[in-house]
Amino acid sequence: MEEYRHRLMDYVREEIMPHRFCTGCGCGTVLNAFVNAVEGVGLSPAKMVCVSGIGCSSWIPSPYFRSDTLHTTHGRPIAFATGVKIMRPDLTVIVIAGDGDVAGIGGNHLIHAARRNIDLSVFMVNNMIYGMTGGQVAPTTPYGVKTSTTPHNNVEPAFKVAELVMTAGASYVARWTTYHVFPLMESMQNAIRKRGFSFIEIVSQCPDNYGRRIGLRTAVEFLHQFKEKAVRIDKTAGMSEAELADRIIIGKLCDRERPEFTAELHALTRRIVAALKQEQPA
Amino acid sequence: MLDNMSDHEYRKFAARHIPARLFAAEDFARVRRALGRKVLFAQGDIAVAYGALLAGCRFFAGYPITPATETAEIMSRLLPRIGGSYIQMEDEIASIGAVIGASWSGAKAMTATSGPGFSLMQENIGYAAMTETPCVIVDVQRSGPSTGQPTEGAQGDIMQAKWGSHGDYELIALSPSTVQECLNLTIEAFNLAETYRVPVIVLTDGLIGHMREKIVLPEYDDINFVSRKTTAKAAAAYRPYDNDGTNIPEMANFGTGYRVYITGLTHKESGYPSTDSQADHHRLVLRLCNKIRDNVGKIGKVQRDYQNGSGDRTVGIISYGVTSRSVFQAVKELRQRGFAVDHLRIITNWPFPEAEVAELVSRCRRTVIPELNLGQMYHLVREVSSGANDLVPLWKTGGELHTPQEIIEGVTG
Ligand SMILES: Cc1ncc(C[n+]2csc(CCOP(=O)(O)OP(=O)(O)O)c2C)c(N)n1
Ligand code: SF4
Ligand SMILES: [Mg+2]
Repeated sequence: MEEYRHRLMDYVREEIMPHRFCTGCGCGTVLNAFVNAVEGVGLSPAKMVCVSGIGCSSWIPSPYFRSDTLHTTHGRPIAFATGVKIMRPDLTVIVIAGDGDVAGIGGNHLIHAARRNIDLSVFMVNNMIYGMTGGQVAPTTPYGVKTSTTPHNNVEPAFKVAELVMTAGASYVARWTTYHVFPLMESMQNAIRKRGFSFIEIVSQCPDNYGRRIGLRTAVEFLHQFKEKAVRIDKTAGMSEAELADRIIIGKLCDRERPEFTAELHALTRRIVAALKQEQPA
Repeated sequence: MLDNMSDHEYRKFAARHIPARLFAAEDFARVRRALGRKVLFAQGDIAVAYGALLAGCRFFAGYPITPATETAEIMSRLLPRIGGSYIQMEDEIASIGAVIGASWSGAKAMTATSGPGFSLMQENIGYAAMTETPCVIVDVQRSGPSTGQPTEGAQGDIMQAKWGSHGDYELIALSPSTVQECLNLTIEAFNLAETYRVPVIVLTDGLIGHMREKIVLPEYDDINFVSRKTTAKAAAAYRPYDNDGTNIPEMANFGTGYRVYITGLTHKESGYPSTDSQADHHRLVLRLCNKIRDNVGKIGKVQRDYQNGSGDRTVGIISYGVTSRSVFQAVKELRQRGFAVDHLRIITNWPFPEAEVAELVSRCRRTVIPELNLGQMYHLVREVSSGANDLVPLWKTGGELHTPQEIIEGVTG
């Protein structure tokens, strides 16, 4: 009898499976969606570089996805990816990392990459917490939540990261949750195809280090909540800020044509080199 | 605008920017044309940039900081002229990050900064050491701590260059004493980075960085160009950190079909994390250190100006970087006065040339160590000397160079 082998196994590093994520963690769902999206786009992982930071979410591509992968320092994957993309604009460069990584310690790199509109796809897993370090408050943790470092209450408001990235200048921005797997897959395909900075905020669950602090013990409870709280962006027009406060706005925030950084940079280089050749033929 | 190009055209265009492994004579000729005349009157910061371009550097990421900014300015002007890429990043953490990313994409890559920026880079320098990423970091030292005296030179980063990131690792640091040496040692820095797969630090300072001197540009045949050893193995047989006995693994640049996994976590030869094995960690860190330590003889460079004397009037001076300039003058005068002076100029600060220093110190009645700090290399000299000799640290901070007279007083006083 022939052994069953899933068609997507070639996309992952089977030799280090099973993965290390906790039971019910959203990271597995994101990996699944990502692998499906790559297949959907028809992209060979040999033509991709995945860059990630430090945190549970960063393990989604590195080590699990079988492309060239650069598992960098905490908060810095976008900076490393910028160097990769400039030197190899022919490769598809993807960043997958957590909310603490991308929007907390790495927030500066995020907004500047969006401003440059460099052709990277950044998939930020927003589990609203520092998962790997055991459940400390993140810049994305909702107001009023008790975490291991806000034992009395979080008195800071949460970052609206997708809106921030849109304002900073990205070509493509969307937000989905781990409940909305199929639209997430489609969105990932669009993001990968888009020439420009594309960003998807993926609201996800960390049952272990966040769920247990807010009374959501299982992935199922989280997914129910994501389903109930989600509101499609095209339905938000008449809604007040107060009405939206506790909701998760999902969908595509923007999809627009803007000059892409590496294309601009290399076009400039090409013009300069061509002008010099005219000046001093070889 | 490339935006009007089809996807196919864009990919074709982009592929042309993939850096060639070999630096051909035509490329070199293009760089030489971009730099202008063979004999120039230039600042240290500019000589560093010229050295990088001549060595084949094709990527620079940086962030403005006095007294290193001129290097970035020159790179931004010249890199596009030879088909390379310059980017000003949002900070120095990002700059070294982009450099590491570019290096894995096959480019010879560099950044340049000064103390405050060098401090910010330390975590990612450790990452480069751990992942064995060839790259060059120029630190144009200025008075610290903190913002200190931005326009003044100093030698306060000698220890930081070696110990700035956490954990055990080795890297290479070079100290030029002249503007010509800024150029030569930057070329050398790239060759060492590519040979040993380590970050190499070029430690200049605000004085040399801004000083103008005559420099002579080398010809193609004057330079020995080194590129990283890339693997020729089949992808299935290749493991990113296999040790072929040299302690320096073969590299597989991104996008060449090897689908490598590179991490700053402790890793096995396969590249995969091994976060709780004492044996794996020990083996990895020992190899990272030994690939440098075992090659001190090949890497280390010193300049000896010895009279090889012995007896009462035999004195030693150990210097490095800009401070050596005053020492040259002091040595002349001391010899006129009848002292037997042995001057050891250290060019490679790290790995530290222990054997040369120990030999000198053991022979000299007194050894003087002038530095633009409150005694950093002094510790290293003390460590390798028997303790019986007279070691005189000559400390100076605040941006002014020692006068030859001050060095003479250190010797005679
Ligand atoms: C410079 C630095 N600071 C702190 C840490 C510790 N650290 C590791 S993971 C992490 C938080 C991860 O949170 P997030 O990025 O949201 O990822 P998650 O684990 O939630 O997926 C922190 C603070 C580190 N590795 N490096
Ligand atoms: S700690 Fe949270 S984010 Fe990390 S693997 Fe467990 S559930 Fe997932
Ligand atoms: Mg998180």
